[in-house]
Amino acid sequence: MKTKLTLITLFIFTLSACGQVVTPTTPTTEQTSIPAPTQTKEQPTETSAKPETLTVMTHDSFAASDEVIQTFEEEHNVNVRFLEAGDTGTAVNKAVLSKGNPLADVFYGVDNTFLSRALEEGIFIPYHSPLLDDIDDRFQLDDQNRALPVDYGDVCLNYQKAYFEENDLQPPQNLEDLTEPAYKGLLTVENPATSSPGLAFLLATIGHFGEDQYLEYWQQLVENDLNVVNDWETAYYSSFSQAGGSYPIVVSYGSSPPFEVIFAEEEIEEPPTAAVVADGSCFRQIEFVGILKGTEKQELAQKWIDFMLSPTFQEDIPLNMFVFPVNENAELNETFQKYLAIPDETAEVSPQAISENREKWIQEWTEAVLR
Amino acid sequence: MKLSSKTKNKQYLPYLLWILPLAFLGIFYFYPLGSIIQLSFSRGEGNALVSFWKAITNPTVRSVLGFTVWQATLSTLLTLLLGLPGAYLFARYQFRGKNFLRALMGVPFVLPTLVVAAGFNALLGPNGWVNTLLMELFSLSSPPIQFLHTFGAILVAHVFYNTTIVLRVVGDFWSRLDPRFSQAAQVLGGNRWQTLRKVTIPLLAPAVAAAALLVFIFDFTSFGVILVLGGPQFATLEVEIYYQTISLFNLPLAATLSLLQLGMTLLLTIIYTRLMNKISRPVQQRAERQTQRPLSTWRNKITAGVLIGILLLILTTPLIALGARSITHLTPSQGGKQGFTLAFFKALAQNPQESLFYVPPSTAIIVSLLYATITVLFALILGLPAAWALARGGDNVLNKVLDPLLMLPLGTSAVTLGLGFILALDQPPLDLRASPVLIPLVHTLVAFPFVVRSLTPALKSIQPNLHQAAAVLGASPRQVFRHIDLPMIGRALLVAATFAFTISIGEFGATSLIVRPEFPTVPVVIYRLLSRPGTLNYGQAMALSTILMVFTLSGMLAIERFRIADIGEF
Repeated sequence: MKTKLTLITLFIFTLSACGQVVTPTTPTTEQTSIPAPTQTKEQPTETSAKPETLTVMTHDSFAASDEVIQTFEEEHNVNVRFLEAGDTGTAVNKAVLSKGNPLADVFYGVDNTFLSRALEEGIFIPYHSPLLDDIDDRFQLDDQNRALPVDYGDVCLNYQKAYFEENDLQPPQNLEDLTEPAYKGLLTVENPATSSPGLAFLLATIGHFGEDQYLEYWQQLVENDLNVVNDWETAYYSSFSQAGGSYPIVVSYGSSPPFEVIFAEEEIEEPPTAAVVADGSCFRQIEFVGILKGTEKQELAQKWIDFMLSPTFQEDIPLNMFVFPVNENAELNETFQKYLAIPDETAEVSPQAISENREKWIQEWTEAVLR
Repeated sequence: MKLSSKTKNKQYLPYLLWILPLAFLGIFYFYPLGSIIQLSFSRGEGNALVSFWKAITNPTVRSVLGFTVWQATLSTLLTLLLGLPGAYLFARYQFRGKNFLRALMGVPFVLPTLVVAAGFNALLGPNGWVNTLLMELFSLSSPPIQFLHTFGAILVAHVFYNTTIVLRVVGDFWSRLDPRFSQAAQVLGGNRWQTLRKVTIPLLAPAVAAAALLVFIFDFTSFGVILVLGGPQFATLEVEIYYQTISLFNLPLAATLSLLQLGMTLLLTIIYTRLMNKISRPVQQRAERQTQRPLSTWRNKITAGVLIGILLLILTTPLIALGARSITHLTPSQGGKQGFTLAFFKALAQNPQESLFYVPPSTAIIVSLLYATITVLFALILGLPAAWALARGGDNVLNKVLDPLLMLPLGTSAVTLGLGFILALDQPPLDLRASPVLIPLVHTLVAFPFVVRSLTPALKSIQPNLHQAAAVLGASPRQVFRHIDLPMIGRALLVAATFAFTISIGEFGATSLIVRPEFPTVPVVIYRLLSRPGTLNYGQAMALSTILMVFTLSGMLAIERFRIADIGEF
């Protein structure tokens, strides 16, 4: 009996604990469903007025420095709450399905491969931020400014330097090189159906060779013993020879080499890998932020967007998210300035074209490469 | 008067017991699932039935379905092949370190697929230990074993993950089966084979079928194993649902595939419940100390040794490889140093970028533990009455309908249900879309079928005459429960609690969709580390996985020891 009672007491206790977490939603507005932990954390710092809460929905790769976010929180007496909603595609889907009764005030992290879905579904309201003047036009893909560019990253081929030195082979210079017999059995890529860099690399080949030529290129890669895996983690940490695999060329990011220096096991001088950044061999992923339709905190959301586009936040991006600021006034950290190779010209495919042809291209690629 | 009100109570009791589990499933499962399926079809063009028919007659879908069933069937058979002898050993013999071994073999259950893949890669990859050794021994120029990205890798990984289900569900039931039945059969002149076929197998069938069903559904809805260890050549329904939903946003087709997956789960469960009603019968139970004996003869010892050796080889070498990776330098070519390092463990406690979302491993462990504790409580509180109603209510209409439905959460696509939550739970007081409470609730959905399936065979095997005798002697239903049922199902309760605990600790798919970045679970932190370039990040992921293994092992050992009063033994 005693045990049963204990169980029941625990259950009631748990339920009431849950109740406490949920209750703050009822008296205030729908947006401020602040769970208990955040509140208790805030109490000591609370000064005059109770801070408002701004909710930012994002994908699971989002990260920022504590100090930087605090600047914004203090300046506007606001409490910024982040919701991570899975990978980019999942997060966009969740935003689309909660349209009208949004989970958050701002959505950050939709990239140019998913941009059309977000815009067509009408989840954002426009905001003409004054900071857009500091951002190059080539990043501004939505002319109505519903989605504003924040950062970009290039998906490029990476290679392990040591392999090419030991084998007295010249590293690949461009996409075309990979079809040469000298590079037979050296390349591993990600499946575009399941991986975001995989899709980006497929788009690079489409942008570079054109829609009528790219399949031919992939067929040549298959003849040259191309390896395909489903995700970046497997490609980079199992297949790529830098981490003990057997393929010295991998599809990764242009920023991966400097990160090999920053996150090296022991301090090293030079990155052990390098990126191929010849014209048209990389695909540029641009990430956007937008104000979710249905928010009751439009003004605060606008301030947040201005903050994300300002140098303070922009300069914090690279070390946290491995992508780069779009604001021209943001300066890069030393390691990046030293080791980062940014392509002058990337392969171009518009968001509309991606949206219209994604299924067809992936299917054609699957037929040509996997079957 | 008094008597009649009591009998009336007894009649309604099986129905009353359903209230809590049904309310839970209704709100947190059927309602969200219904919402997303309805919305999905409303986005399609034309009739839902037409698009459903179109999808299932599509050759690609048919081949995906065929492969899904085929790999799940083979995986389940192999899991039983390894698990049943293991269950016999654990059930019938006493030997030192048994509890530890049983807990150790449950560890795979909580490990993220990417981490398990890293373990297999260190072991069987082209530059793994086995291939390197073979190449040196026989001076070969290329690795002789091709393991990753083969059909074999999928099967081995499924056996690796799910053998613990058979060991626990069947092993527990077997350990309380009266050995005198088979002894009697042998005294009456039956040989070993006849005894096994005519006595042991029929008595054991309910537990074996329950374990096989759970394993099959897990394999049938497999996602991570197929993607990471199988590679792009292979796709199950679950993989296809993910691709259609996330990549293409083709919700009508995704919903159709989800329904197809649910339909298959339901069909299988209906066959299972029909079968069970035919074959299960109450059997006298015995305490473990009466059914088990020590490994006395040399023949016994050698057989047991070989069996334990095989189990350890398949279930623990990838874990050892993983542990070894977390304390070895990953880039020997750089510093020239190959060997032991604690750098990755040390780095886990540091936050050089002063990131907002950095959490020390201790915080992640506390968060994981908190969710797991709530899940265990929820799952037992909901699962016990449901199992009770199923076992006691006999053939009433509610039981017939509900029994197969209980397994559905296991056969449901995580992506589909995750989006269903967004649609359905969006109004106060149930605006739980962004609430951390949703995490243990989702874990409970997965754990609930396990709890019910672990408890029902034990509850059904309690002979009704025990209850009658107790009632005649004046015991109230509560006393009957406390003094007869609870002690007899104590062991099964612990099995159920262990499953709920490990399911919650290891769950990643649903957690990653709703997690608050400041309070991540251990698997979420592991994935976060793995998704970044740089060997230090990779090494840290291995180190945290090793911590996860040790911590799960201790958690399960603690549950094994956890006996309230005399629950668990009688």
